Amino acid sequence: MPHKDVMHGSRAVAEAVKLCGVEVVAAYPITPQTHIVEDIAEMVANGELKAEYIMVESEHSAMSACIGASATGARVFTATASQGLALMHEVLWIASGMRLPIVMVNANRALSAPINIWNDQSDSIAERDSGWIQIYVETNQEALDSVIQAYRIAEDREVLLPVMVCMDGFVLTHTVEPVEVPDEEQVKRYLPELHLPHVLDPEQPVTMGSLGDPNYYMEFRKQQELAMENALRVAMQADEEFKEIFGRGYGLIEEYNLENAEIVLVTMGSLAGTIKETLDALGDDGVGLLRIRLFRPFPKEAVRRALSRAKVVNVIEKDVSIGFGEGALMTELKSVLYGSGIKVLGTVAGLGGRDITIAHIREAIERAKRALHGESVEEIAWAGLKEEAL
Amino acid sequence: MKVAADIPSYVKCRHVCGASLAANRCFKFRLNVKEVSEEELFAPGHRGCAGCGCTIAMRLALKVAGRNVIVTHATGCMEVVSSPYPETAWRVPWIHVAFENSAAVASGVEAALKALGKKDRVKVIAFGGDGGTVDIGFQALSGALERGHDFVYICYDNEAYMNTGIQRSGATPYGASTTTSPPGKESFGNRTFKKDMPRIVAAHGIPYVATASVAFPLDYMEKVRKALSVEGPAYVHVHAPCTPGWGIASEKSIEVARLAVDSGMWILYEIENGKSRVTYKPTVKRPVKEYLRMQKRFRHLSEEHIAVLQQYVDERWKEVFGEG
Repeated sequence: MPHKDVMHGSRAVAEAVKLCGVEVVAAYPITPQTHIVEDIAEMVANGELKAEYIMVESEHSAMSACIGASATGARVFTATASQGLALMHEVLWIASGMRLPIVMVNANRALSAPINIWNDQSDSIAERDSGWIQIYVETNQEALDSVIQAYRIAEDREVLLPVMVCMDGFVLTHTVEPVEVPDEEQVKRYLPELHLPHVLDPEQPVTMGSLGDPNYYMEFRKQQELAMENALRVAMQADEEFKEIFGRGYGLIEEYNLENAEIVLVTMGSLAGTIKETLDALGDDGVGLLRIRLFRPFPKEAVRRALSRAKVVNVIEKDVSIGFGEGALMTELKSVLYGSGIKVLGTVAGLGGRDITIAHIREAIERAKRALHGESVEEIAWAGLKEEAL
Repeated sequence: MKVAADIPSYVKCRHVCGASLAANRCFKFRLNVKEVSEEELFAPGHRGCAGCGCTIAMRLALKVAGRNVIVTHATGCMEVVSSPYPETAWRVPWIHVAFENSAAVASGVEAALKALGKKDRVKVIAFGGDGGTVDIGFQALSGALERGHDFVYICYDNEAYMNTGIQRSGATPYGASTTTSPPGKESFGNRTFKKDMPRIVAAHGIPYVATASVAFPLDYMEKVRKALSVEGPAYVHVHAPCTPGWGIASEKSIEVARLAVDSGMWILYEIENGKSRVTYKPTVKRPVKEYLRMQKRFRHLSEEHIAVLQQYVDERWKEVFGEG
């Protein structure tokens, strides 16, 4: 029977890893991911999870070991954050290029310098072109559920791509929430055993990771793109079936109060919770929220549909493309909405763990309102910035 | 280090390494020429240069390993010449991921074999060049050794980054000219001595460490066999000439590799459970100069620098063989 418990986000992830019957875990500790790998280590030590646990000497080796294990046919897991994800950068591209269904949780944390252990999303956003599917979760429950969904999506023959489940460091990893833990039978019904089409096996020798010269390279990349397109459909199906079995679903995007909203805030991750609170308190059906849950592949059509009645969009995000002056999500929203006439504003917020308060959300709404009424407003604002310190 | 009591005789090795016809003598070990498999698991037709020492190292290792092996490979010449899509020279399962992580990938493969219950049937070999081992792959290798994975790491050492056009590595010998250690008005070539990787590896306390040379194929294969047979990590560091990198003719690679050993520039030994044993002692110690003269990379060296190198060799020789 599924049971409800109160737990940290990290624990929720570890529960999901156990339920999925992960066979190899290779991980290196980094704040704020540590509780995830500690909980898994405990499960392995107690015999609750029958997995090989490799305590590697770096994140680069964590991902490399995951690649080796996945290529050998095992279901694998790792988790990291920030500098760790950045150190993995090289091998992330190889994992996706080799089409290995690795699942990783990234506990979103700011990148150095200055060194900072607190939450923002610059780390995973910086890996958006690495060929990984990226899911950004809002709650601990969604973190658990998304890890289970991630294996289902990654291992689908039409996809075979690695999945990064991104959860806000501390905000989720270290925060206690009620979580329903599914039972093993449910998960078994949902997630078939892993059978990869090609594995390293002396019975049928294959060569993996060969040299792709200019005659072949582009086709490999195009196939990855096609697999990403398939992933949109597969992720949708995976979520619908999840809902049937577990009674919860999330969609690729979440639409909140959008029916009559001319002003729409767009965000990813746990910030959606704060925004929902703000909107509920505001009680204005002219303002809604669109939460992007699946960031890669980007659900362009779904986003266009969801915003079809919107006039002004304000993207509130915890990342910024330095030298381009705005966050990546805003840039992508502008691209997706090109020609629609929708005005796109941006709010850079919460970098390095700076608090994002209800007042900041209200400011973002006010700015959008002024734009809606034809006033000229700043296209980009940095929420909570101490101007005097610059 | 002690010299093996039984100074061995030589056997012809023409039948063992067809690519190395220049080698007419070989150390006779327990592994007899007749026992060497004729099956070529590293297939001919790869794009290695004629006389390439490293491809010999691949080929001979697989003859010992047989089919029940998974090979991980660092980026480098051997990866390039053996795996141009859609062709492959590998008749065993093979994976290349990146430059610095052959040992980490092998860790993952080994863990997966354990998890899937295939560990008893399948061996794991990780290959890396000298750059991929002593420089960029150093950390991943050290980690994998320290964790005690059951795998064999084979470093094929051609003493520079040959794949990218002969740049110096930590394994480049003193005085060698490479494209990043060129001799000039202010330079005599590479200023540093070769990093003593096998001894660094041995410091991890793993069950088996050996040095080898492609000019001594039976010795090398015997060491690979031992490495595969021990439980836990094992390391074989095989000296393998690069004909363009060293500036030697294709047909000279085995001769040069043999002279490296006979001059003391490279010493063949093994460390089994902490016990060192020299596996080959040259009957006549040849001057380093003879070895240097055969190769373009050392041709610029003055008598003064040759003397430095000779002194370095003499000191190591004394340390190992206990005499002048």
